[in-house]
Amino acid sequence: MMIPLADLVTILPELIVVSVACLLLALDPITPSNRKDLLAWMSVAALAVCFIVTAGSMGDRVYAFSDLVVVDGYASFWKLLLYVVSGMTILLSIGYLKEERIDLAEFYGFVLLSLTGMMIMVSGADLLVIYLGIELMSISLYVLAGFKRFEARSIESSAKYFILGAFSSGLLLYGISLIFGAAGSTRLVEIAAAVDARGLDDSLILIALMLVIVGFGFKVAAVPFHMWTPDVYQGAPTSVTAFMAVASKAASFGAFLRVMLEGFGGMKPNWSGLILGVCILTLILGNLVAIVQTNVKRMLAYSSIAHAGYALIGLVVAGWAGTGVSAKGVSSMMLYLAVYSFMTLGAFSMVAILRRGANEGEDLDDFTGLAKRHKGAAFLMLLFMVSLAGIPPTAGFIGKFYLFMAAVNAGLTWLAVVGLIFAAVSAFYYLRIVMVMYMREPSPDQEGETRLALSPTATVVLALAAAGVVIFGIYPWPLVSLTASAALP
Amino acid sequence: MARSRTAVPSRNERFLIDVSSGGFPWLTLVVFLPVLGVAAVLLVEEALAKWVALGVSSLVFLVSLVPWVLFDESTAAMQFVETHQWIASPSINYAVGVDGISLPLVLLTTLLTPLCVLVSWTAIRTRVREFMISLLVMETATLGVFVSLDFVLFYVFWETMLIPMYLLIGIWGGPNRVYAAIKFFLYTLAGSVLLLVAIIVLYFYAGENTFDILTLSNAEYPAWLQAWLFWAFFAAFAVKVPMFPFHTWLPDAHVEAPTAGSVILASVLLKFGAYGFLRFSLPMLPDATQRFTSVVIFLSVVAIIYGAYMAFAQADLKKLIAYSSVSHMGFVTLGIFVLNAQGIEGAILQMVNHGITTGALFLCVGIVYERTHSREIVDNSGLAASMPVYATFLVIFALSSVGLPGMNSFVGEFFVLVGAFMWNKAVAALAALGVILAAVYILWMLQRVVYGTPAQHMASKLYDMNWCEIGMLAPLAFLVFWIGLYPKPLLDVMHASVDHLVQKQARVMMVDEVSPLPRWERARVRAKSMEPETR
Repeated sequence: MMIPLADLVTILPELIVVSVACLLLALDPITPSNRKDLLAWMSVAALAVCFIVTAGSMGDRVYAFSDLVVVDGYASFWKLLLYVVSGMTILLSIGYLKEERIDLAEFYGFVLLSLTGMMIMVSGADLLVIYLGIELMSISLYVLAGFKRFEARSIESSAKYFILGAFSSGLLLYGISLIFGAAGSTRLVEIAAAVDARGLDDSLILIALMLVIVGFGFKVAAVPFHMWTPDVYQGAPTSVTAFMAVASKAASFGAFLRVMLEGFGGMKPNWSGLILGVCILTLILGNLVAIVQTNVKRMLAYSSIAHAGYALIGLVVAGWAGTGVSAKGVSSMMLYLAVYSFMTLGAFSMVAILRRGANEGEDLDDFTGLAKRHKGAAFLMLLFMVSLAGIPPTAGFIGKFYLFMAAVNAGLTWLAVVGLIFAAVSAFYYLRIVMVMYMREPSPDQEGETRLALSPTATVVLALAAAGVVIFGIYPWPLVSLTASAALP
Repeated sequence: MARSRTAVPSRNERFLIDVSSGGFPWLTLVVFLPVLGVAAVLLVEEALAKWVALGVSSLVFLVSLVPWVLFDESTAAMQFVETHQWIASPSINYAVGVDGISLPLVLLTTLLTPLCVLVSWTAIRTRVREFMISLLVMETATLGVFVSLDFVLFYVFWETMLIPMYLLIGIWGGPNRVYAAIKFFLYTLAGSVLLLVAIIVLYFYAGENTFDILTLSNAEYPAWLQAWLFWAFFAAFAVKVPMFPFHTWLPDAHVEAPTAGSVILASVLLKFGAYGFLRFSLPMLPDATQRFTSVVIFLSVVAIIYGAYMAFAQADLKKLIAYSSVSHMGFVTLGIFVLNAQGIEGAILQMVNHGITTGALFLCVGIVYERTHSREIVDNSGLAASMPVYATFLVIFALSSVGLPGMNSFVGEFFVLVGAFMWNKAVAALAALGVILAAVYILWMLQRVVYGTPAQHMASKLYDMNWCEIGMLAPLAFLVFWIGLYPKPLLDVMHASVDHLVQKQARVMMVDEVSPLPRWERARVRAKSMEPETR
């Protein structure tokens, strides 16, 4: 069978990423261990090329492979975000892997393979294609989570992630098979047609819908499907945690939203209430449990659950409101996740650079008196924490502002109130980090440690994250207009 | 009318509105100069940081005099208006301007910031650079709050202020600083939660799709919505004022903050809440204001008496002044919510007075604390013998706080009491009780601190004020007498704006008195009755 050239051109970025990933895996054994950096730079270069390709074709809506794959502004937006996030993860990892004494360039290969999965997820117009994307992403992440194979925590993280991930994939797959029974196809358009034909209370489709929501709920770490998150995030190598918390969450949300709107868009009354419940539970549990954490990685894990709750507000609005406002829900969610990516990556990068020798750098105590030891690092962490708490003039505020605008626009004023109350609650645990950094004296054994594991590339990552947080906080219009134009209707 | 401008004016149009400023962006300069100062502080070495901060904040003060000199007192319209698009959708503008209500507060802020730098000159020994940066960022955020004409911009400045203040209290504060800082932060953040929702709701219900404060002020809202919005605003503003029973963060924050932090907190931050009532609650929600005014007045009177009563019991000087702030700010909210020109003018005057007097009192405490390292009255008694100049200044400001005729607070409190008397005689009588109580706790404090038996164990540490400290207090003492003896320049600035504010309230009352219609119908009728005027 001949594959039409036009189809291959449509998925050119995916092809580039996957071939570079394979090339990396092939080159790794023959690269001397002190030259592994080259392979990292190669992947960054590939991502830059992909960025240009995707940005160049932004806006067209193209179907490929007999409507299995779609490239539209929506997919392109997520891909651009994913390139940036993956690139930053790789740059962060260059120094971090040295610190952890992992000299395997396979790491970068798996990051790229995982990225390919994510790109397929956000571009999939068919549930099975999306499922394939999810599996490619997840399996690569299982490997990455266990990359510190000499450390029990990392292995535990990987195993837990694998078992629960496989379980959730199974549920999702079961849902897809039921859909196939009802609609006779797994294409999103045909599911939408079947929903229209069979009405809102068709039990087969309803059960399938539930299973799909559960499956995606696991992937975005929404309550009550969040149990794996803290352990996995804590045990995985920090740069992998950052990648999971940001890229995998963004891609899962991207696919989730497309499935709900393009596949189950006719059943909005059935699922919007359900998502609303999940959203509120996520906000409550994520924020409240984060308060009692003393391990920063674990706290950030709960914070990422809480932020999933905020992003879900966008999905609730998309399901709750009429056509015009629905798109605002979508675009505000896209904006929120973009903003979230910068601040969360920044926060995890800080944890990564505090890791040095015996010092794990993840305990709250490791941040004690950081402002005395390293002013710049403390200030950046302050910036990320303020942004995560959603306080202006940072990007975190802009993200929340647009979400709440959309919620009020959809008539869900009380949901905005709930969201804001928990934003105030979250300020408590974010500011605790600021407090230990600025208001506590460093303990005597930390006094001398002014050097951080700060490689030049990690500096670049921190600078990029900080620039994103500040620039999108003060001048958010480019990002806002991009999300508005790329949103699904 | 210039007030109902919505669109971005063309160059010519803006020039017409702004004859006085000649189009030069004075306000932007005033607001953002401190941020430029931050850059300068970062560039110079640590020892020079305070010099740069002093220079920049003094420059800001000088620049802020320009809008005052060029201010046109005959109009209630916003002046020195600048409008630039910030975000296109939803339409959010960078829009700033001042009127007679905000100008005095801008001047108060720019005057006090250099004094805060001076009082920290020797008191702050660690991380001077960071301290000065926090102070300057604070100034920008504060000025931004007072000059914003866009609700989102206002909120951005309003919230931005929290971070530097949190750091000021938490890093350079007293022993219990961490607790006080987080309490301050969470209290005010929780208060402003509903404010943001209210801002967004206004955007959708006003039907104008704008966050422009003047447009939103001229729109009409149904009575039920006004009621909700009123309490949403109230939550944010009452915490900041702070009104009884939301005041509990104030004594902690005041006591633990470094002197400069206390001064900024008392003189400027507490004005945010009262300013919010004047700028938003009254003009935007006239019906709800009328409806709930007695609740707010009740709380104000409670605050006046309770604050005074609590101040009476304090052994810590800073705590005493903090509770006296609760009492004095009760006068401000009382003046605002009696809804007549006397009351509101008195309230604005009292806001400025409280800024000057309480700021000065905190400076006084800071000066003596630097010598004795104690804020307890017993440790600081009988200062008249060893520190005569200091005692003189302390007596001046303490008497000003009492409201002695010839001094600033007398004028403000008098106006407020006149306004309250017109509203209800019993309320005025109760509020006047607050003045008497103030005399009791202030004079008793003076008796112990100035004329008491000198505390022997501190005697070796006491020496009189140096020129720098005198230079700090002298301008404030001058203002105390100037406003006390000749308040006309200040009153003239606020006249037109206050009249405009009161007229809107009066229209509501007029329609309400003659109208047989149910409340929710009145807003519509009133909108009609106002038509000829807006044309």
